[in-house]
Parts: sequence; structure tokens; C-alpha cells
Amino acid sequence: MHIAEGFLPLEWCVVWYALAIPIVGYGIYRAQKLREREQGVMPLLVVTAAFIFVLSALKLPSVTGSCSHPTGTGLGVVLFGPSITAFLSIIVLLFQALLLAHGGITTLGANTVSMGIVGPAVGWLAYIAVRKMKVGLLTSGFVAAFFADLVTYVVTAGQLATAFPATKGGILLSFEAFFGIFAVTQVPLAIIEGITVALALKLLQEHGVAVEMWQPKGVSVSEA
Amino acid sequence: MKLEVTTILAVLLVISFFSLLALTTAIPKAEWGGADGQGMELIEQSLNYEPWANPIWEPPSGEVESLLFALQAAIGSLIIGYYFGILKGRKESEK
Repeated sequence: MHIAEGFLPLEWCVVWYALAIPIVGYGIYRAQKLREREQGVMPLLVVTAAFIFVLSALKLPSVTGSCSHPTGTGLGVVLFGPSITAFLSIIVLLFQALLLAHGGITTLGANTVSMGIVGPAVGWLAYIAVRKMKVGLLTSGFVAAFFADLVTYVVTAGQLATAFPATKGGILLSFEAFFGIFAVTQVPLAIIEGITVALALKLLQEHGVAVEMWQPKGVSVSEA
Repeated sequence: MKLEVTTILAVLLVISFFSLLALTTAIPKAEWGGADGQGMELIEQSLNYEPWANPIWEPPSGEVESLLFALQAAIGSLIIGYYFGILKGRKESEK
């Protein structure tokens, strides 16, 4: 899902930055509020970021004969909702852009929108939906992570398709091409990410962490 | 024998990981390059696109790159392990 440095025309870099900045800003604001209200939340925020660090470093082979990596955002989605996840994601993306030449500064906005915002937002909606249907926490966590991961790559395909429509066939045709490269590869990885998040949630719960207490208010589905 | 949920999930993870590895022998012609790279290649080749910016710094070789990726995963794992260690200690001292 990393669009490499310089690989988006300038106007698209601006568009995605413009979309990403307010949401990341809101995520920072929410993280600060949360920290003021709940002193014990800081370590869990750091662990959630660490989780993204680990999972997005693992490049796995997949059914398409190529490799890709999970995003690791699913845990953040379940624990804190999408906006804080956007904030945590941009930290990891920045690290990878600066030290690994993976992604880039010009494309940081676009990559934040896919991995940090739209993926997690869809994961969050899916989580709310299944949770409201009385599906258990672990299964819901799986669903959240699966969608957050997969949708991230669909968004990347969409971003590249809109920036580079095929000369014959337009956006739809190039979306098909990018979708084949990114999204199909991602399906098994999204499943693995789902299992990992379910495991992480279970472990947190077993160690006495009330995993649903920091979710955004109003939409929270916590039974507590 | 009572199976713990965590055990089941951990076993599932290991199995799915190894099935992905096994896959690499099932598709012999594949090159197992990165999907990111393939996407960028498609843009470069089919559209003659030249990236207009270059990374500020690039790892000088694949070895150094894998070092940094390993470091990224290690830092993350360290933090996660440390956190669970604290939780476990706390839980045990409460008993």
C-alpha cells in the first residue's frame, strides 16, 4: 500500500494531504483528551503503535506470487476508533518513509489516507455493525482488522487509478490492474491480521484490560 | 483437555503462516517481489512516468534494508513484550 516517493502527481499529493491533515489532527486531539482523562491509557497507546510497527514490517508471500504486508491498524481501530489510529499510523509511515525509503514524504498524505484513515474507518464501521448484532469481541476484532487491512489496499488501488487512468479504458481499467496487484494479494494477509488482532484482544482481556473502554463515545458498543 | 482460546488462535496463526510459506513452493514461477514495487513498476512502464521526487535517504543495500525492517519489528515486539510483562506482574501481585 506504500505509494513510493514521487509517484503521485503533485496535485494528488496535495489532495490527499488536505484530507489526511485534519483527521490526523483530530486523532492527536482525541489522544490528548484521552490521556488527560485516563492516566493509564498511555502505555496502551504506545503498545498499539508498536503493534502497527511490528505487523507492517512483516512482508509475507501471498497467493498472487508476490509479497505484501499487513497494516497492523486493526487493534487500534478496536481499542481507540479510527481517528487515533490515523495518528498512530502516520508515525509508522513517517518512520518508514525516512529510514526505509518505503513510501515517501510527498505521498505520506495518500498513504495515511489509505492505511490510517479509510481502511480503519471501514474496519470500525464493520466492527460496530457486527458488535451490534451481538457478535463476540474476538470475532468482531477479526472482522475489524480484516476490513481495515483489505480496504487499505483497495484504497491504494483507487488512489493510483484516479491519478493514472488508462489511456484507453480510463480509471476503471487501471483500477482493475492495481486492484489485481494490491487487493487480491492482500486477502490472505488480512485473514492473518484478523487472527492476530483477535489473539491480542484476548491476551489483553486475560490480563485484566477492559479493551472496549476507550472507544469513541456515542458509538461505543461496550457492555461495561 | 480444555483448549484455551489463546492457544487455538496462536496455533491458527502458526498454521496460516506456514501455509503461506508452503505456497511459495506451489507457485514455482512467481518472483515473490513486493506488491508495492509491482504497482510502481506498472506506472513507470505503461505510462512512462518518472517519479518527480526521490527518497531523502535510501538503505544502501537489501541487507541494510532488511536490518532496518528487522529493527522495526524488534522495537515493536520489545514494547509489546514489556507491556505484557508488566500486566502479568501486576496480576500476580494482586493474587
